[in-house]
Amino acid sequence: MKITLRIWRQADREAVGGLQTYQLDNVSEDMSFLELLDMLNEQLTAQDLEPVAFDNDCREGICGMCGVVVNGAPHGRYDSSVPTTTCQLHMRSFQDGAVIDVEPWKAGPFPIIKDLVVDRSAFDHIIQAGGYISVNTGAAPEAHSTPAPKRQADRAFDNATCVGCGACVAACPNGSAMLFTAAKVTHLAMLPQGQPERMRRIKAMVAAHDEAGFGGCTNIGECASVCPKQIPLASIGQLNRDLIASLFKGDGK
Amino acid sequence: MAASDKAVPAGEQASSYWKAGVDIADAKAPAGPIEKKWQTRQFEAKLVNPANRRKLTVLIVGTGLAGGAAAATLGEAGYNVHTFCYQDSPRRAHSIAAQGGINAAKNYRNDNDSVYRLFYDTVKGGDYRARETNVYRLAEVSAKIIDQCVAQGVPFAREYGGLLDNRSFGGVQVQRTFYARGQTGQQLLIGAYQALERQVEAGTVHMHTRHEMVELIIVDGRARGIVTRNMVTGAVEPWLGDAVVLATGGYGNVFFLSTNAVGCNNTAAWRAHRKGAYFGNPCYTQIHPTCIPVHGETQSKLTLMSESLRNDGRIWVPKKAEDCAKDPRQIPEEDRDYYLERIYPAFGNLVPRDIASRQAKNMCDEGRGVGPAVAEKGPDGQIRHVRRGVYLDFAEVIGRLGKATVASRYGNLFDMYAQITGENPYETPMRIYPAVHYTMGGLWVDYDLMSSIPGLYVTGEANFSDHGANRLGASALMQGLSDGYFVLPNTVNDYLAAGPFSKIGPDTPAVAEAVDAAKGRIAKLLTIQGQRSVDSIHKELGQIMWEYCGMERTEQGLITAIGKIRALREEFWSNVKVTGKNDDFNQALERAGRLADFIDLGELMCVDALHRRESCGGHFRAESQTEDGEALRHDDEFCYVAAWEFGGDGGQPILHKEPLRYESIELKQRSYK
Repeated sequence: MKITLRIWRQADREAVGGLQTYQLDNVSEDMSFLELLDMLNEQLTAQDLEPVAFDNDCREGICGMCGVVVNGAPHGRYDSSVPTTTCQLHMRSFQDGAVIDVEPWKAGPFPIIKDLVVDRSAFDHIIQAGGYISVNTGAAPEAHSTPAPKRQADRAFDNATCVGCGACVAACPNGSAMLFTAAKVTHLAMLPQGQPERMRRIKAMVAAHDEAGFGGCTNIGECASVCPKQIPLASIGQLNRDLIASLFKGDGK
Repeated sequence: MAASDKAVPAGEQASSYWKAGVDIADAKAPAGPIEKKWQTRQFEAKLVNPANRRKLTVLIVGTGLAGGAAAATLGEAGYNVHTFCYQDSPRRAHSIAAQGGINAAKNYRNDNDSVYRLFYDTVKGGDYRARETNVYRLAEVSAKIIDQCVAQGVPFAREYGGLLDNRSFGGVQVQRTFYARGQTGQQLLIGAYQALERQVEAGTVHMHTRHEMVELIIVDGRARGIVTRNMVTGAVEPWLGDAVVLATGGYGNVFFLSTNAVGCNNTAAWRAHRKGAYFGNPCYTQIHPTCIPVHGETQSKLTLMSESLRNDGRIWVPKKAEDCAKDPRQIPEEDRDYYLERIYPAFGNLVPRDIASRQAKNMCDEGRGVGPAVAEKGPDGQIRHVRRGVYLDFAEVIGRLGKATVASRYGNLFDMYAQITGENPYETPMRIYPAVHYTMGGLWVDYDLMSSIPGLYVTGEANFSDHGANRLGASALMQGLSDGYFVLPNTVNDYLAAGPFSKIGPDTPAVAEAVDAAKGRIAKLLTIQGQRSVDSIHKELGQIMWEYCGMERTEQGLITAIGKIRALREEFWSNVKVTGKNDDFNQALERAGRLADFIDLGELMCVDALHRRESCGGHFRAESQTEDGEALRHDDEFCYVAAWEFGGDGGQPILHKEPLRYESIELKQRSYK
């Protein structure tokens, strides 16, 4: 295959960026999208040009490190037949001769570090605010002392599969991270162990979300449509229900 | 043949690659019966008063299961903790990719499981090359790991009654594996990550992401700090403290292609090794038989498919090389070679991992592999095209049980395969090939997990201690969390009780020297400006390692490999091209630094493999096999840990032996017939 890439290049956080065009020949349809970028970088290195910076690590769709906007959709959702991370997008999803636009996540709370790499530490800050159950090592009771109903445990699991990639934010016209926040809130709210801090948690996490500069949620649903782990929009509904309930309860409940 | 038969003596040339050092012993494991040792050690270890803990600084490098859990726990205890990781968040660590599960001796199934049985299975699985005392403790704390994770909100699989589900895993006869669908590693890591972030909020843990350790700082014989490179700004700076913990994972990426994340590297451990930390059993690597094969020269990593597929799939290659390019469905039954069923009629497709892997390679070497022909450099230096894959065929089981039943067992794996290869495994056989998956070797540690450098601790996959020559399924997660939550936080105090240590700062000579050394090395990488990209040299290293230090090793092959690696080191330091500058986000520079250390490690792995003239676990020496081609251990000569001391650049590494004493378990030769 022959592929034309138009990639966002930006030297650093303050620099003015822009799209640059690159031509690649002999692309195999079995290559992953990140291997295409590897191939481009080998070509650029041979030409004494600086390679394109992009985040990636596990390359099997689980670490959440990779993520770029491909042809206007996070993780290339418009080109892929199934929800996926960028590393699991393969070139067979594209036609020979395709022109592909590649851009970083674009959202105020995710400043660009270089080229396609953004700073997502705002996500860590939301978790720090309350995305945990307070139990010190060694203090845990016997695992079977509190049964957890299977249906709720399965729902907790579904929400716990969030990889924290940030595609939801990149897709949202409001730049909201509500799907990310809701996934953690719902994960912990569905388990008996998560109950004591449930109300305090949601208030603190939503406050941290707003403080980081993420926008409000207006139920557009773009987030859920691009989510590689298919976190449902209903989780935001769960978050809203809990948030309203928390307004009538003290921190300790 | 019996295990006591003498190993083939090393040739004169082989033994010139290393020097003999003095034997060592694990001095910290207390005397007494094995089931009392950990309790005794915890009692005898010196304690640190809670009020004094905040004055003690612990630096933790790597924030996966072993590092993240340790950071959270030490933060809770009140120590001043700093964590460092190369990723943008601790939640990315490659512990996340573990699929299968985590073992624990809970005996929830009432099936005769016990701490002793988990201990026994793990030592036996490690082919009697693990340290008994450490493994017993691992089994002992395993149950508490499950309690801790459940309390954190890890959503393990449950039954309708609300209690935890278990399955059997890795060929053991009890159901002791806890799991969260096929994403157990992810869920455990997120649990540890959340505990860590809680301590960040509490102010006890200071998190430094996108920071890569590039040097270890030793002052007055103690590990007192590290030098990091800030991967965003390029700043090279020292961090000082009272103890250093390396929880930096394994070194499978020395092979370039492995199931590791592409960023996984051995630089932190190698920097420590150069400064005096012994490296234990570096040649012990685990090669997993069921991975998705290489598609072409641009392949950047390999993906594991759960081994459970071998329960129902039949493995075959065409009998005739000319059939290899054909659609497999067009190849009639009589032209197929179900080679595992043919060679091992008793076990068939369920032979152990190492045998399944080795035979797949043999078939492809014979020219009967399937899938795309990928260019590789042969031992003669010529480029040849070889098909590296064998079929794993589900047609028989789909015919017998129906597609729906097969989908219920393996649906997610089939989907993953289809996504990566574009082929539908319900219609056409899967193609699989072995890949490097885990490294049992690592920095040598004592019972307290302290390396041979005082104050330097090593946890998780980065140390050598618990898996011997072969790791059992579902025990890597167990070890990472055992070390992180329960072992290190109860041993490091014994060392820290003597602290805080002497006051040091950036101007302390040893600190300034370490920073200068790191800066000098980076500057050197940037000034070579040769012709070859970092990846092209890394791929060449990977091919050497895979060919000579992979599934089957020979004395002559390893000597050849060492020669090739030395030539490649010359090539790297004279002809690598690293673009850009240091004061920037520069991924080529990051990779170059890691590769330089992988080249040196690769040579040590070959030396270790050369010196160990026996087959054991994942290490198969062709000169040491039975008449039937089975692995043959030599307990009389090699029942020890090989702990290697750095012998200087260009010098011979020095071999220290830690004899393994089995007091609770009787040594037996493995047999699968």
